[in-house]
Amino acid sequence: MYLYSLTLQQPTGIICAINGSFSGGKVQEIVVARGKVLDLLRPDDNGKLQTLLSVEIFGAIRSLAQFRLTGAQKDYIVVGSDSGRIVILEYNKEKNCFDKVHQETFGKSGCRRIVPGQYLAIDPKGRAVMIGACEKQKLVYVLNRDTAARLTISSPLEAHKSHTITFSICGVDCGFDNPIFAAIELDYSEADQDPTGQAANEAQKHLTFYELDLGLNHVSRKWSEQVDNGANLLVTVPGGGDGPSGVLVCAENFVIYKNQGHPDVRAVIPRRVDLPAERGVLIVSAAMHKQKSMFFFLLQTEYGDIFKVTLDHDNDRVKELKIKYFDTIPVTSSLCVLKSGFLFASSEFGNHALYQFQAIGDDPDVEASSSTLMETEEGFQPVFFQPRKLKNLVRIDQIESLMPIMDMKIINLFEEETPQIFSLCGRGPRSSLRILRPGLAVSEMAVSQLPGVPSAVWTVKKNVNDEFDAYIVVSFANATLVLSIGETVEEVSDSGFLDTTPSLAVSLIGDDSLMQVHPSGIRHIREDGRINEWRTPGKRTIVKVGSNRLQVVIALSGGELIYFEVDMTGQLMEVEKHEMSGDVACLDIAPVPEGRQRSRFLAVGSYDNTIRILSLDPDDCMQVLSLQSVSSPPESLLFLEVQASVGGEDGADHPASLFLNAGLQNGVLFRTVVDMISGQLSDARSRFLGLRAPKLFSIVVRGRRAMLCLSSRPWLGYIHQGHFLLTPLSYETLEFAASFSSDQCAEGVVAVAGDALRVFTIERLGETFNETAIPLRYTPRRFVLQPKRKMVIMIESDQGAYTAEEREAAKKECFEAPGNGENGNAEQMENGEDEDGNDPLSDEQYGYPKSESGRWVSCIRVLDPRTTQTTCLLELQDNEAAFSICTVNFHDKEHGALLAVGTAKGLQFWPKKSFEAAYIHIYKFKEDGKVLELLHKTQVDGVPLALCQFQGRLLAGIGSVLRLYDLGKKRLLRKCENKLFPNSITAIHTYRDRIYVGDMQESFHYCKYRRDENQLYIFADDTVPRWLTAAQHVDFDTVAGADKFGNIYFVRLPQDVSDEIEEDPTGGKIKWEQGKLNGAPNKVEEIVQFHVGDVVSCLQRASLIPGGGECVIYGTVMGSVGAMLPFTSRDDVDFFSHLEMHLRQEFPPLCGRDHMAYRSAYFPVKDVIDGDLCEQFPTLPMDMQRKIADELDRTPGEILKKLEEIRNKII
Amino acid sequence: MQASDRFNINSQLEHLQAKYVGTGHADLTRFEWAVNIQRDSYASYVGHYPMLAYFAIAENESIGRERYNFMQKMLLPCGLPPEREDD
Repeated sequence: MYLYSLTLQQPTGIICAINGSFSGGKVQEIVVARGKVLDLLRPDDNGKLQTLLSVEIFGAIRSLAQFRLTGAQKDYIVVGSDSGRIVILEYNKEKNCFDKVHQETFGKSGCRRIVPGQYLAIDPKGRAVMIGACEKQKLVYVLNRDTAARLTISSPLEAHKSHTITFSICGVDCGFDNPIFAAIELDYSEADQDPTGQAANEAQKHLTFYELDLGLNHVSRKWSEQVDNGANLLVTVPGGGDGPSGVLVCAENFVIYKNQGHPDVRAVIPRRVDLPAERGVLIVSAAMHKQKSMFFFLLQTEYGDIFKVTLDHDNDRVKELKIKYFDTIPVTSSLCVLKSGFLFASSEFGNHALYQFQAIGDDPDVEASSSTLMETEEGFQPVFFQPRKLKNLVRIDQIESLMPIMDMKIINLFEEETPQIFSLCGRGPRSSLRILRPGLAVSEMAVSQLPGVPSAVWTVKKNVNDEFDAYIVVSFANATLVLSIGETVEEVSDSGFLDTTPSLAVSLIGDDSLMQVHPSGIRHIREDGRINEWRTPGKRTIVKVGSNRLQVVIALSGGELIYFEVDMTGQLMEVEKHEMSGDVACLDIAPVPEGRQRSRFLAVGSYDNTIRILSLDPDDCMQVLSLQSVSSPPESLLFLEVQASVGGEDGADHPASLFLNAGLQNGVLFRTVVDMISGQLSDARSRFLGLRAPKLFSIVVRGRRAMLCLSSRPWLGYIHQGHFLLTPLSYETLEFAASFSSDQCAEGVVAVAGDALRVFTIERLGETFNETAIPLRYTPRRFVLQPKRKMVIMIESDQGAYTAEEREAAKKECFEAPGNGENGNAEQMENGEDEDGNDPLSDEQYGYPKSESGRWVSCIRVLDPRTTQTTCLLELQDNEAAFSICTVNFHDKEHGALLAVGTAKGLQFWPKKSFEAAYIHIYKFKEDGKVLELLHKTQVDGVPLALCQFQGRLLAGIGSVLRLYDLGKKRLLRKCENKLFPNSITAIHTYRDRIYVGDMQESFHYCKYRRDENQLYIFADDTVPRWLTAAQHVDFDTVAGADKFGNIYFVRLPQDVSDEIEEDPTGGKIKWEQGKLNGAPNKVEEIVQFHVGDVVSCLQRASLIPGGGECVIYGTVMGSVGAMLPFTSRDDVDFFSHLEMHLRQEFPPLCGRDHMAYRSAYFPVKDVIDGDLCEQFPTLPMDMQRKIADELDRTPGEILKKLEEIRNKII
Repeated sequence: MQASDRFNINSQLEHLQAKYVGTGHADLTRFEWAVNIQRDSYASYVGHYPMLAYFAIAENESIGRERYNFMQKMLLPCGLPPEREDD
């Protein structure tokens, strides 16, 4: 089996983010690392974040930093990754790509203990960069300019110290003196040798300054001093005239200012009132903002509270350090303060947000200061505060993030054209059930009812130079309605259009006149109001029209074509006539190319299943240039230029190719390349869009022409980062559409459907899925679907949180407390249902209050996804938490389908995994599946992490025991068990009489149940210890699994062994008693292996498009969704493996990781072709594309077609 | 050191041990080996962000806190070293 792996949704979580001006000038941009993807974001004028560029780097990004050479206008990006190399990137504005400026190898690849890449620090003046590892190694590179002002990088200077763990590094701002880097270090050498533990107790973290002597080209340890043992993060303090220099050391509960030759200035971090005393407060992200006259720091704690830290200083002397409560936002991985007054917060889990500063925290608030620090016998006196709603920040945009995907199921529950992906996302109060549908999100701007059922709509400008459209013209069966676009949209009658007839086309002609084509003629409305009518000869009517700004072709009934051109005076002149053999089905003329008089091609579709290209050149006017036969009569035609590759702005070195698109009556969109000179058609591709013949319309997307196809659902064909994408829109069926541009909406679409006129815009271009989110209460763990009743039942559990009642009580208390300024309307605890913004302390924003770690809260929820209503919510009591769920039909059929839920009470992971009790609950469905009722609860002796129905009984993985239960009146009855599993059972799948059991650490075990002997036995297992995180049954002999380290693998029982077991009357039992290699007698073989680079949390076998091939779809912790499609032909395997091989050689990944090594990070990659790499082919320079295509005996166009085809098989 | 010594297997091994932390030797104790493996594991957890996130979900802590905890655990990953038998 060969698989094609394709990422459908890039990771949505963010590991780290930096801000700066990467394209140069004053524009503020953000570079974010999403694991294996590097993105460049920019907030636009409306404060919406736009993704400018997204590059897959085939490696794990661990750290990012930006620097600017003195006097330069532009920031460079330094990337620390798992490649064992330091990479410096520059954003190339013209080509919209990252250029690799430098790549220096310093060590082995992989995320290793002593190979740098984990930490990056920059000299604030941009003269040097330090790259550090978790332990021992630190390298310093000197950055400079050569004579041509290009960036140069030196060979590395070592600042190693062995037996030393590094917690954080940062640059120290010391103006133009020698660059200094600071590091928090901990020496473990003595603790390792001392059995009494005294050395370990006395182990002390140090703050060490490393000085880079630019004159001697040498790094030396300049200064080292003890620092608080809770220190975890360093922040640079401005120096060199702007501030006192030195560093802020963030430690557990404290922030300390330190500098060489300066006494420590320490202040406590204020604590939330409700925080348990045993918990510390740790700073997890920090940002510094510097203006001409002042600077401040924003530090965020692990609970989400942001504090503003200011230093009161007198030149180099810091007199006071103040920590003032600023605001609370969800916990971030990075904070970026943009000079334009925005704060970009990349959330650890859940949606990221862009905030605007309303104030910078100058108002009085809870504040801790170094001068009021009180030391008592129990330590320093804490300062308390109560979180309040946002005062200084206001959220203006958010970016959706699926991180983490906890579980996922694909099913067509809503009976739409394509299945929906139901995914459980997020954590704690920010968790949600998200329903993903392939397609782009649409935001509707206006819907207005029309007096009749319209048949068509157009928009026209009055002048070619106008920015916005002037009229919307709507045609009905026997009338035409003209609406003028202004402050409001209203009907007008002075436009000159004939309103007593239906229209066939309305457009701008020449520079400033309008044209209306109606069945009996052409009405040409000049700018000064003069009207010229051209009438059809005899009783013939116009049936079809094709036009651009200077050319018009009409088709009369019977098949006569008449061609008009606009002459120098703006008159519409008849040029040529041509008789076709039969009626014309559709027409289109390509737009007039820049600087030309006319477009050369006319496409004519006929009912005899052909499309002809006719010339419009004066010398061979109306000559047929080429002919293409298609599978069904064409309904609509459209010429669209597609740039095959990202090139310069002018596109000179990467000429665009002209595509002819045809919507056929059988619902297929047919696309073919038109030779710009000869008009020959080649390279045809077709794709089924829906049940209705697609009608094609030209609209504008990001300033470029794009194609809207209206079939049974609308599709958009557009160019995104060099790729042509054809994506469905999540919107209802439309009849007719036109582009729409007005003051309020620069790039919209106006469309008619039914008797309504709709205006909408298309958002978040480039995304594969759009989502509907339903908020949940706790971290969702697993869920089951009930396809018949269309209900979702899920279990949610959280550790270290208070139950809903306790939280409500605490909240009431807090609001009733006197002196608290907030008006105390107690929050509706059903925050799952009514998430309103007025809520003073929404948990979504502030997180749940922390309780002791041994406490659990959990609930079982029945949810109707159509209405998004929760019909039943059972909160588990008494520290019990649910971990597994399944529906089961017991064979006695008395109760019908029942729900089994596995729970544990008082579960603890540290110091040793333990629990007080564990149960399996059995629930009965009531009220048509909307409500659950507990039938009984059976205590078991291990945590039931997996449940599954098997032959009318319930199979449960209870710790390391696989047990079969039957339903009793008062409890479940044990029927059979097998205790031979190594660790803990986390997954059970069944097929016929086979049971596929996934163990937490030891991969899969194949079991069989013998009914006559009532015995469960393991007949095959895996030889590799795999820490299983997800499992999916594929076929009788094959299962797919994913491990904790980010690999997906398939194992298969060899055919002969499988046959032998099936034929053996004892079912391999005799052999089983012998065993092999401390395990089962038979071993499964690994047939597929692939490193995804992300922890896969769920696997599902499904097809995302009707009639498409079934693939394995996976969801990951970082919030990405991918698919693995089995190849159906050997030719395709050969083609793609060669393409992959060439791309590996010719186009190595951006951040220096070897592609093959990355995909084989833990086990050698086997029989999987990386579609993400293959899809980088269009981004290659044209000559390289040709070179690779030549090697494969194909043209670049054919390769693109192949890539498109295989993508279309998946989604 | 003589020139010939540089190519002798022992000095090569010493060089490796000095350069790459965790390179074993014949007298490595079970404890030392375990400590080394644990430190490598923690460093790997810290280096692979998705893994940190995975742990953070399991323990319901922030990712920053998980990272700090793992780094802290690198000090004494396997508890105190055993009493050394003086030879």
